Amino acid sequence: MLKHLAGLALAAGLFVAPLQAETPQPNPADWPAVLAEARGQTVYWNAWGGSTTTNEFIAWIGQRAAEDYGVTLTHVKLSNTADAVARVLAEQQAGLTSGGAVDLIWINGPNFAAMKEAGLLFGPFAEDLPNWQLVDVAGKPVQADFTVPTDGMESPWATAQVVFMYDSADMAPLADMRALLEWARANPGRFTYPQPPDFLGTTFLKQVLYEVVDDPSVLLAPVDQADYAAVTAPLWAYIEALTPHLWRQGRAYPETGTRQIQLLADDEVALAISFSPGEASAAIANGQLPASVRTFVPSGGSIGNASFVAIPFNASAKAGAMVVANLLLSPQAQARALDPAYLGYGTVLDMARLSPEDRALFDQIDLGIATLAPDQLGAALPEPHPSWMVQIETDWIARFGGGK
Amino acid sequence: MAAWGLRRAPGVVLAALALPVFAGLLGTLAPAFGLMAVFGQAQPGFAIFADLLAWAGFWPALWLSFKVGLVATALSLLLVVGLVAIWQGSRSFGLFRHALAPLLAVPHAAVAFGLVFLIAPSGWVVRLLSPWATGWQRPPDLLIVQDPGGWALIAGLVVKEVPFLLLMVLAALGQSDASRAMLMARSLGYARPMAWVLAVFPLVYRQIRLPVLVVLAFSMTVVDVALILGPSTPPVLAVQITRWMNDPDLSLRMLGAAGAVVQLLLVGMAIALWLLAERGVAMFGRRWAWAGHRRGPGPVGAALVLGGAMAVLGCVVLGLMVLALWSVSGLWSFPNLWPDTMGWGQWQRHVPAAIDSLWRSCAIAVAATVVALVLALTWLEAEARFAMPIGAGGVWLLYLPLLVPQIAFLPGVQTLMLLAGVQGGVLAVTLAHILFVFPYVFLVLSAPFRAWDARLGTMGRALGASPARVFWRLRLPMLLAPVLAAMAVGMAVSVGQYLPSLMIGGGRVSTLTTEAVALASGGDRRAIGVWALLQTALALAPFAVAVLLPGLWWRNRRGMRQG
Amino acid sequence: MAQNAQPAPLVLNGLEVALQGRVLLRQSLQVQPGQIVSVMGPSGAGKSTLLAAIVGALGPEFRLRGQVMLGGKDVSALPTEARGIGMLFQDPLLFPHLSVAQNLAFGLARQVRGAARHRAIEAALADIGLAGFGPRDPATLSGGQKARVALMRTLLAAPRALLLDEPFSALDADLRGQMRDVVFGRARQAHLPVVMVTHDPQDAAAAGGPVVHLGAPSAAAP
Repeated sequence: MLKHLAGLALAAGLFVAPLQAETPQPNPADWPAVLAEARGQTVYWNAWGGSTTTNEFIAWIGQRAAEDYGVTLTHVKLSNTADAVARVLAEQQAGLTSGGAVDLIWINGPNFAAMKEAGLLFGPFAEDLPNWQLVDVAGKPVQADFTVPTDGMESPWATAQVVFMYDSADMAPLADMRALLEWARANPGRFTYPQPPDFLGTTFLKQVLYEVVDDPSVLLAPVDQADYAAVTAPLWAYIEALTPHLWRQGRAYPETGTRQIQLLADDEVALAISFSPGEASAAIANGQLPASVRTFVPSGGSIGNASFVAIPFNASAKAGAMVVANLLLSPQAQARALDPAYLGYGTVLDMARLSPEDRALFDQIDLGIATLAPDQLGAALPEPHPSWMVQIETDWIARFGGGK
Repeated sequence: MAAWGLRRAPGVVLAALALPVFAGLLGTLAPAFGLMAVFGQAQPGFAIFADLLAWAGFWPALWLSFKVGLVATALSLLLVVGLVAIWQGSRSFGLFRHALAPLLAVPHAAVAFGLVFLIAPSGWVVRLLSPWATGWQRPPDLLIVQDPGGWALIAGLVVKEVPFLLLMVLAALGQSDASRAMLMARSLGYARPMAWVLAVFPLVYRQIRLPVLVVLAFSMTVVDVALILGPSTPPVLAVQITRWMNDPDLSLRMLGAAGAVVQLLLVGMAIALWLLAERGVAMFGRRWAWAGHRRGPGPVGAALVLGGAMAVLGCVVLGLMVLALWSVSGLWSFPNLWPDTMGWGQWQRHVPAAIDSLWRSCAIAVAATVVALVLALTWLEAEARFAMPIGAGGVWLLYLPLLVPQIAFLPGVQTLMLLAGVQGGVLAVTLAHILFVFPYVFLVLSAPFRAWDARLGTMGRALGASPARVFWRLRLPMLLAPVLAAMAVGMAVSVGQYLPSLMIGGGRVSTLTTEAVALASGGDRRAIGVWALLQTALALAPFAVAVLLPGLWWRNRRGMRQG
Repeated sequence: MAQNAQPAPLVLNGLEVALQGRVLLRQSLQVQPGQIVSVMGPSGAGKSTLLAAIVGALGPEFRLRGQVMLGGKDVSALPTEARGIGMLFQDPLLFPHLSVAQNLAFGLARQVRGAARHRAIEAALADIGLAGFGPRDPATLSGGQKARVALMRTLLAAPRALLLDEPFSALDADLRGQMRDVVFGRARQAHLPVVMVTHDPQDAAAAGGPVVHLGAPSAAAP
């Protein structure tokens, strides 16, 4: 009898699932055909799953996709976007040119640059989506992701801009990064930033760099076209000066942006960086932050970028993925994303291109107690070229991340 | 025919499991030596190791991993040995023993989160004393968790490993003639703890050596606990490897692979050092026994051990309570001891979403554990019936997946599965889980299986029963307790798997843990509370069965109830 | 399972056990039905190894030569369960997870089914003075009761020969005498050839059969 069991175990071990068949590529220019193909598909959207509000927003998109287009949307909750990139990469290496596990990725910046360069993306498709007509192409950073041209290989769905969250019970808003340094000197241990290579931590470094550099325009070209050492010298001087006054004297850092929010909630710090103007309001509404939290932006402006979705070259449900990307650009979805009661993310749409009814959706939204009005938020500074991010990150790790 | 198949079963098991293990290892080694282009061009050689050495944190991270592993393991073992030596047989020890199962079921990360909220400057202990005793209106700026020395990490590991080692020691005690050796030593005038350490421990240690080495390797390769409790400037090597593997810059994955090779060597070195230290301790012990030291550690030593054990128990229990509190809290500001507002909102939010992944986790855990159990039983039964061509040495190979950080090991397994056409899906995830479940199932099962009184088998055969009948009617029912314990441990291991589920499943197989880890990356403690409790509940169920069922099943069989 | 066939002698034909090339024991022996041969000798002389070799329970590391003849057939190539040789140890070795009745049933041939099986077990229990003990937990029996259950279990398997491995040494003096009578009586009644390993000269005397002395092995065996 044991023999049978051993045989059974072996059979299970050798069981091999059949490969999925090759499918022709859908053409986004022929939208009715895309809609027809998408009906009945299941789209696996690989997106960071660390935020309950984001997860619930994605679930809502899933409901809409199912009801309106017959597309089943499954949120693959990641702790790190690179996991999805790695999956596509592994599939490419194994020669899997269709039937891949990832249909749609929430992506931006370096991950996009890497996937685009490695030929891991499907497209162009973004500018053929019907709702692209509503996108604020001139006013929002939707055609370049960290200066890398999107070329229609990814579709925007939200904008983000750096703001600082502070506890108004403890402090007043600060004018700029120099004021932040002065304040930190006077209030040691009350500020920190997520540890690079966390993107928010690196964003803080870039925000400082923008304010201390002589000519910000060099940041928009690849790093090897500039005198890196000279350009970044003031940045490292600033960080050297700041570090001893950080939370835990800079001997430890929060791992992620959300850990940093927890520190703010616990009153361990009074000031924290955020990449979402509506995040503080959403967190207050949620009971995650005290009601005394407010936000400010540095007077010289702050870095802004957009979040995108991209489709891997070997995605199984490309048509369905495009339908979801288009749905994300619909006024209803964008208005819901903007509402801090749900998400608090900036819209990529141009209000002037919307119908009056659709515009009314946006006008109704209460942006929340801690959210700055669009005119207070000011213009977004463009993201530096990704090579800057990589180099600064590496340098920070070498200087501050390896222990003393 | 049956004998023919069974005789070869260990070889077949070994081959079936070794293939993915080698694939994983190859997937680690090839990029490290530039033999496989992960991204861009590859240059064979040691260039990547030069880059690795150039990282400023290299030596500190190496030293940290080494220290954390050895200290956490030694401390856990010391506590367990002290605890059993001083307490075995007393009533309070019996209570502690029953508390073991829930302690084992709590996921590592949950223990770590609980510990953070206990001992952090804004944690419960400080809140309990603030502001009336400390005067602190705000959390003090003290580096308690994530300290550069890694002590918070060591504490977190000890809290989690003590219950595991204790379970192993208790299982081993059942198999060795401990009570008679104890009685003999005590009648010769040795104090209880001394008698245990000198007369019983040497017998027990032989059986728990492998579990101890597994604990050592685990302490050095663990990522989630180290992320929460460990230092970050620099982190332990395993965490840094994970960071490299997760970096958007795909070329850093080769650095990660090189780091994994170094990690493997480091674990090997630590094991070698441990084995060397074993000899030293044995020599020291023999000298003590020769010299005839009979006195115990005295009240201070006993109190230390007692305190340590209670602290371990307290940390897990209080940590779980804190997680439960978080799961129903609204805003909870410092220095309030209780949440400012409370409600069931988080549960209502997450539980409906969790049900689906709960069942999937359950199904995968049961399937992976049953297969691992069948493989382990087949192996052990074959070993018992025939002279083994492979021997116990072959087992070591199967422990390799535990010695390499999963993030570096799994890409190779993933590639193998993709090449074999096993794509995503619950089945592929289950297969991957077996790789990590089997070593633990084998670990728990092998000692009791081998210690089964072979004369019972001979008696059964002499009564005309075939070897199969002896196995099914005698050996298996009599080993019900260890089989269930192995299943409980196996299921807990399976439930806790994150990366294998995510990577092998292509993200399409969502389990309780993939959801929980994704949410934990957001750091929302209230969500973490809900999911950690759900994970604990899922892992706790089989432990409860393993503890209660044998007693109920054999309630009318006194001979089946051991100590 | 062998049914109680014609009583036949148990014959050892130049039986030789070796471990790693070293001969541990070499023995020829003829045991007639109803005869009890006592095997005596110092510790380490290979007494238990001899029994293991006869019953076929030697580990795979041992090498066996010669023959074990039972009823005129060489059974030494057969697995233990096919030899029809029963065995009793110093410990009664009742299976702790089975009831007394289930322990007895474990030995009873498969062919006895249904109501007949129940009747056979009841009769066996009554036979050893334990009527009504069927559902009991074996751990609750006294030493003498356990020994009788173990004997009856072995006899129910209808063996054609019986091996005894120091069967009475765990019993106290009173019980020892009783059990000797029971075991030897039953064995003779069933015309079984019996090989008994013992340290106790009184066992050998009570057995009344020939005594084989195994010498100390040439090199000290474990």
